[in-house]
Amino acid sequence: MNLGSFLIMRQEVGLLLVFLIMLVLDIFAPEKSKIRNTFQPLVCILFFIHTSLGFLFPSQGEAFGGMYVTSTLTTWMKHILDLGVLFMFLQSGSWLNSNEAMARRKGEFYVISLATLLGMYIMVSAGNLMLLYIGIETASLPVAVLAAYNKYQHKSAEAGAKYVMLSAFSSGIMLFGLSFLYAAAGTLYYGDINLSAAGSTTVGVGSVDLFTIAGLVMFLSGLGFKISLVPFHLWTADVYEGAPTSITAFLSVASKAAACFALIFALYNAFGSLFIVWKPLLWALIVITITLGNIFALRQKEIKRFFAFSSISQAGYIMLGILSGTQQGMTAVVYYMLVYLFANMAAFGVISVIENKTGRTDFGAYNGLGKTNPVLALVMMFAVFSLAGIPPFGGFFSKFFIFAAAAQQSEYLLVFIALLNTVVSLYYYLLIVRAMYIRPAETAEITKIADAGTAGMVRIKADSYTNISLFVCTGAVILVGIASFIFRNIDGLTFGIR
Amino acid sequence: MNILSLFVAIPTVMLLLLFCIKSQNAIRALMVAGSSALLLLAGVVTFMFLQERAVNPDVMLFVSDTVWYEALNIHYAVGVDGISVLMLGLSAIIMFTGVFSSWNMERSFFMWFCLLTIGVFGFFISLDLFTMFLFYEVALIPMYLLIGVWGTGKKEYSAMKLTLMLMGGSAFLLTGILGIYFTTGGTTMNIVEIAKNHIVPMAHQYWIFPVTFLGFGVLGALFPFHTWSPDGHASAPTSVSMLHAGVLMKLGGYGCFRVAIFLMPQAAQELSWIFLILTGISVVYGALSAVVQTDLKYINAYSSVSHCGLVLFAILMLNRTAMTGAVLQMLSHGLMTALFFALIGLIYGRTHTRDIREMGGLMKIMPFASVCYVIAGLASLGLPGLSGFVAEMTIFVGSFQEQDTFRRILTLIATTSIVVTAVYILRTVGKFLYGELVNPEHANLTDATWYERVSVAVLILFIVAIGVLPNFSSNIISDSIAPVIAGLR
Repeated sequence: MNLGSFLIMRQEVGLLLVFLIMLVLDIFAPEKSKIRNTFQPLVCILFFIHTSLGFLFPSQGEAFGGMYVTSTLTTWMKHILDLGVLFMFLQSGSWLNSNEAMARRKGEFYVISLATLLGMYIMVSAGNLMLLYIGIETASLPVAVLAAYNKYQHKSAEAGAKYVMLSAFSSGIMLFGLSFLYAAAGTLYYGDINLSAAGSTTVGVGSVDLFTIAGLVMFLSGLGFKISLVPFHLWTADVYEGAPTSITAFLSVASKAAACFALIFALYNAFGSLFIVWKPLLWALIVITITLGNIFALRQKEIKRFFAFSSISQAGYIMLGILSGTQQGMTAVVYYMLVYLFANMAAFGVISVIENKTGRTDFGAYNGLGKTNPVLALVMMFAVFSLAGIPPFGGFFSKFFIFAAAAQQSEYLLVFIALLNTVVSLYYYLLIVRAMYIRPAETAEITKIADAGTAGMVRIKADSYTNISLFVCTGAVILVGIASFIFRNIDGLTFGIR
Repeated sequence: MNILSLFVAIPTVMLLLLFCIKSQNAIRALMVAGSSALLLLAGVVTFMFLQERAVNPDVMLFVSDTVWYEALNIHYAVGVDGISVLMLGLSAIIMFTGVFSSWNMERSFFMWFCLLTIGVFGFFISLDLFTMFLFYEVALIPMYLLIGVWGTGKKEYSAMKLTLMLMGGSAFLLTGILGIYFTTGGTTMNIVEIAKNHIVPMAHQYWIFPVTFLGFGVLGALFPFHTWSPDGHASAPTSVSMLHAGVLMKLGGYGCFRVAIFLMPQAAQELSWIFLILTGISVVYGALSAVVQTDLKYINAYSSVSHCGLVLFAILMLNRTAMTGAVLQMLSHGLMTALFFALIGLIYGRTHTRDIREMGGLMKIMPFASVCYVIAGLASLGLPGLSGFVAEMTIFVGSFQEQDTFRRILTLIATTSIVVTAVYILRTVGKFLYGELVNPEHANLTDATWYERVSVAVLILFIVAIGVLPNFSSNIISDSIAPVIAGLR
C-alpha cells in the first residue's frame, strides 16, 4: 500500500480513526467519568471533521487491482451516508441517556454504528462482488446488534434476532448466487463479469447462460433484502417496530441508501450487458413493491410500522430510477436518496422526541399535535409532505426526476402505476396530518408525562442536538428542491457511469 | 424582476410576514393590504397588457425566462396572454373578497390561504409545463387543511375525498406532461415553444390528449369525476368555497385549454366527441341534481358542476365563439359562485342552518343579503345585463355554429340546463327569502356587516360590469384564442 491507495481510501481511513478513538475511549474511560457525558458532542465533532476531510484530497481511482473503486460519485454517496449517521447521532442523545444502564453502554452504540458505516463504505466502493459481500456482512451484523440494543425489551431483542436470522439467510442466497456467477464467468470483478456476459447476449435473452441468470436473480434477492423490496421485505415491519427509533431511522435511510448505491454499481458495472435480463425483473419488483408497500401501509396503526411500509414503497420509487438505465436516472436516484434522507430523518426525529417523552408510538399520540406542539407538528408535516411528493418540498422534485427518468425510456405505464400509487400514499401520509391538525388532542394522557406548558398546552421539549438535526432536515426539505444547484452537482458527478 | 413574478412574490411575502405577527388586527391589515396590492397589480397588468398588445403580436407578453434545471430543460418561464390576464384579475378579485369574507379567521388559516393563492397565481402566469404543474399542486394541498380544520359537517371525509380525487387527476396529468416533453424530443418544456416548433407525434397524441384532459378535467368537475366538488364545497369554510369554486375550478378549464387542446390539436379534434358527451352529462346532470338539493351549499356546488361543465363543453367545440364564451363563463361563474358562497356563509353564520326548508322570509330580516342573493341568482340563470347571460349566450351561439348533427343535438340538450337552472334558482329564492318566517328566532338576525358588504359589493360590481360591457373582455379573449384556433385548422 502506498500513499495513493491511502488517498483513495481516505474516507475509510478517517472513519476507522474515529471508530478507534471511540473504541479506545469506551474501553478505557472509567465507568462514572465525565468523559462519557461528552461522548455525543465528541463523536459528532469527530465525525464532522472526518466528513469535511473527505472533501479534501479529492483523489479517485482504483486500489488493490480494481477491488476498490473511488470516484467523485462514490465520495458523494458516502457523504450522503455520513449525513444519515450524523443525524442519527444527533437524535439519539436523549434516548441513550434515558436510563442509567443505557447511559453506561452508549459508547458501544457509537462504535457499532461506525462499524456499520464502514461496511457501507465498502459496499459502495466495491469493485468486486466478493468485496461487496464482505461489505454487506460488515454492515449487517452490527445492525442486528443495534436493533437489539434495548436488550431487556422483548420487542427489541426479537427485532435483533429476526434481523440476524433473515439477514444470514439472504446472505446465504446471495453467496450461492455469487458462486453461480463465478462458475459462469470465472471472475468476480465487475468489469470482467460484464465482458464475459456481453459475449453471450449478442444473440438475445435466450442465449444467456442459465448459470448467469440464476446467479443474477439470487444476487438481486440478496440486495433486495437490504433495500427491502417486496417480496424480500418480510423482516422490515417487525424490525422497524422493535428496534429503537434512532436505529429504525438509520435502517430506513443509511442502510437502504448503501444497498441502493451498491446495486447501482453492480447492475451497471457488472451486469450492464445483461440489461435485457434484469430490466423486466426489476419492472415486476417495482410494481409489487410500490403497490404492496402502499397497501400494507394503509392498515398500520403504529407509526414505526407505518414508516416501515412507507419506506418499502419509497424503495420502489428509487428502483424506478435504476430501471431507466440512464445517467439521468442515476442522478435522480442519488438525488432522491438525499431528499428522502432529510425527510425521513426529520420524521423519525419527531417520532423519537415524542416516544422519549410519552413512550407512545401509535397514531393516537399524534392527535392534536398541531395545537400542543406546533413546531414539532410543522416539522412532521413538512417531512410527510416531502415523502408524499408535495411541492414546494424536495420530495416533489425528486419524484418528478425519478418519473422523468423512467418516462424518458418510454416506461409510461410504469410511471402511471407509480403515480397512482403516490395518490394512495398521499392518503396515508395525510392520516398523520389529520391526526396532528384535525383531531383533538388526547391531552389528559400526554399531560401526565410531559411538562405542562402555559394555558393547558403540553409542550414537549427536545434536547438541543435533536433540535439542530430537525432544523437542518426541515431547512433542507424546503430548500433542496428550489435550489437547483444540488441537482446540477449530482448530475455532473454521475456522468460516465455508463 | 418581471412584473408577473410579483403575483407570486406578494403572497409569498404575506405568508412569511404572517409567521411574524400575532394580533388579529395586524393580520387583517396585512391581508387587506396584500390582497388590495394584488388587485391593483392585476388592474395594472390588464392596462399594460392592452397597451402592449396593440403593438406586439407575440402569443405571450411580458415573457421572462430563467433556467432552473437545465438537465431537464425546466425553466421558470412566465408570460401572459389575454386569457391569463383575465384569470389573474378574477383570482385577485376573489382573493380580495375572500379576505373580507373570512374576517374572523385565525392566523394559520390565512397562511394556508396565502399558499393557495401562490399556487393559483403561479399557475396562471406559468408557461413552463413543470412550473405549471408545480403551482397546480401547490394550490391543491392547502385545500386539505383548509377544509379539514376549518370546515363544517363531515369535513374529514370531504377534505380527504377532494384531495385524493384531485391528486388522482394530477397523476394522469403528470403522465401526460412527461409524455408531451419526451415525445417532442425532450428539448423544451415551454408551452408556446412546443406548440410552435415541436408537434406531439400523432400516435402519442391519442393517449396524451385524453390523459391530460382528464387530469385537468377532474378539477373542472368533469363527469364522472365531479363527486369531490359537492362534498368539498359543502364542507369548506366560506372563503375557501369562494376561492375553490371561483378560481381553483377554473384551473381545470384553463389547463384543458392551454395544455390539452393547444398542444394536441389533432387528437383534440378527433377525440373531442368522447369528452363532449361527458361534459354534456355534467351540464345537465349537475343542474338536475341541484334541483333536488335542500342544502344551499349543495345547490351551488351542483350548480358549479353544471356551469363548469359548460366551460369544458364550450372549449371542446373548438371554435372561436364557443371558446370565447368558455372564458367568459369562467369569469362569470367565478364571480357569481363566489358571490353565492359569500352570501351563504353570511346567512349560515347567522341562522346556523343551510337547509332551505328551515328558513323563510329572510328578505324582510336581511334585506341587503337577500337582494344580493337574488342578484346572484339572476346572474346564474342568465338574465341579460349580468355576466351569466353574456357567457352562456356566446357559448350556445358558438356551439350551434358547428354544422354536424351530433354537436347540434348536444348543444340543444345542454341548453335545457338554462331552464333547469331557472327552476332551482327561483325555487330556492322563493323558498327561503320570501314567504313566511319559518323559524321565529330568525326574526332577530342582523344584516350584513360592513366587511361582508365590501366583499359582496365588489363581486356584484364586476358581475354587472361584465354583463354591461362584454366587449372589453371578449376582445381580450378572442385575440388570445387565435393561436389555438390556428393550430386546429
